[in-house]
Amino acid sequence: MSRNTKIVLVSLLAVILLALVPLFVLKDAEFGGSDDAGSVKVEEVTGEEYEPWFTPVLEQIIGGELPGEVESLFFCIQTGLGVGVLAYGFGYLVARKKYGGMQQDKPSDKEEKP
Amino acid sequence: MTTVEKKIMSFSIVAGLVFCVPQTASAMHIMEGYLPPAFCIGWGAICLPFLAAGVIAIRRLVQQHRKSILLLAMAGAFVFVISSLKIPSVTGSCSHMTGTGLGAILFGVPATSVLGLIVLVFQALLLAHGGLTTLGANTFSMAIAGPLLTWGLYQAGKKLRLPKLLNVFLAAMLGDLLTYCVTSVQLALAYPSAEGGVWASMVEFLAVFAPTQLPLAIIEGILTMLVMMGLETYAKTELHELRSAKGGLFK
Repeated sequence: MSRNTKIVLVSLLAVILLALVPLFVLKDAEFGGSDDAGSVKVEEVTGEEYEPWFTPVLEQIIGGELPGEVESLFFCIQTGLGVGVLAYGFGYLVARKKYGGMQQDKPSDKEEKP
Repeated sequence: MTTVEKKIMSFSIVAGLVFCVPQTASAMHIMEGYLPPAFCIGWGAICLPFLAAGVIAIRRLVQQHRKSILLLAMAGAFVFVISSLKIPSVTGSCSHMTGTGLGAILFGVPATSVLGLIVLVFQALLLAHGGLTTLGANTFSMAIAGPLLTWGLYQAGKKLRLPKLLNVFLAAMLGDLLTYCVTSVQLALAYPSAEGGVWASMVEFLAVFAPTQLPLAIIEGILTMLVMMGLETYAKTELHELRSAKGGLFK
C-alpha cells in the first residue's frame, strides 16, 4: 500500500470512530441540535423566557413548524446537490488524468528520447 | 480593479461604515429572531465589504481562469455537503461542520464568504436553520471569521514549512472551532449575563458550543485534508494556476 492510501484509510477510520462512538457510548442522550442548546442557554443567561422576534419565512408561509420528515428531505437535497457536484468534479479530474494524460505525455516523451 | 469594481467596493465599505457607526453597543448558526435588530444589521454591515470583494474575486476567476471554475464549484459543494451533515458529539447533542476551510485555502477569504452565504441562505429559507435576520451574524462567523483564521494559519504554516497535509488539517480544524467561538461571542454580546456581563455570558455559551464542536472540528480537518489530497493528485494544473494567480484574486 502506498503512503497516501494508508493516510486515507486511517483518516476515514478516525472520522467514522469520531462520528459514531458518541452514539454508542452515550445511550441516554437525546442528540438534539446544539443550536437548540444555544437557545436554551439564552434563556438561562438572561433569566427570562425569550420570544424570538422573527420566525422563519417558511414557517410563516405554512403556518407552523416544518415537519421533521420534510426537513430531512431538504437536508438530503442539500447533501445530494453537494455530493453530486463533488463527485462530478472528481470523476472528471480522475478520468482526465487517466485517459487525457497519455496524449499529453507522449509528445514530451518523444522530445526527451532523441 | 476596473472602475465599476472600485465603485462597488467603495460603496460597500461606505455602506458598512454607515450601518456600523450609530450603534454604540452592537453584537453558528444563531436561530432566527434570536438577535436584536441592531445586531443583525451590524453584523450584516461588517460582511458587506467581504461579500463585495468575493463577488469581484469570483468574477475575475470566471473571466481569467476558466479552468478553476470546477474547483470553485467543488469548494462550494464541499460546504453544502459538510454543513448538511449533523453529527452526534460527545456532549450528547448534535452539531454540524462548516466546510469553509477548503474554499479559504484554495480561493482565499472573499470568494469563500460568497460560497458560505449561498449555503446559509439555502438553510435559512428551506430548513428554518439559522435565519434571514441572523444571516449577517452567521455569515460573519462561518464564512468570514473561520475562513480568515484558516487562510492565515495555512499561509503561516507554509512559511514554517509544515508538512502540507498537517498544515491543511490544522488550519481547517481551528477555523471550524473559531466559527463556534465567534458565535458564542456574538450571542454573549447580545445577551450579557446579568451578573458577570459579556465575559461571563461568553464563557456560558462557549461551554455549550466548544465541547460539542471539538470532535467535529477534527472531522472537518480530516475531510478537508482528504479532499486536498485528492486535488493534489488529480488537479495539479488547476492548483498551480490558482497559486500563480494569487495577486489577481485578492489573496
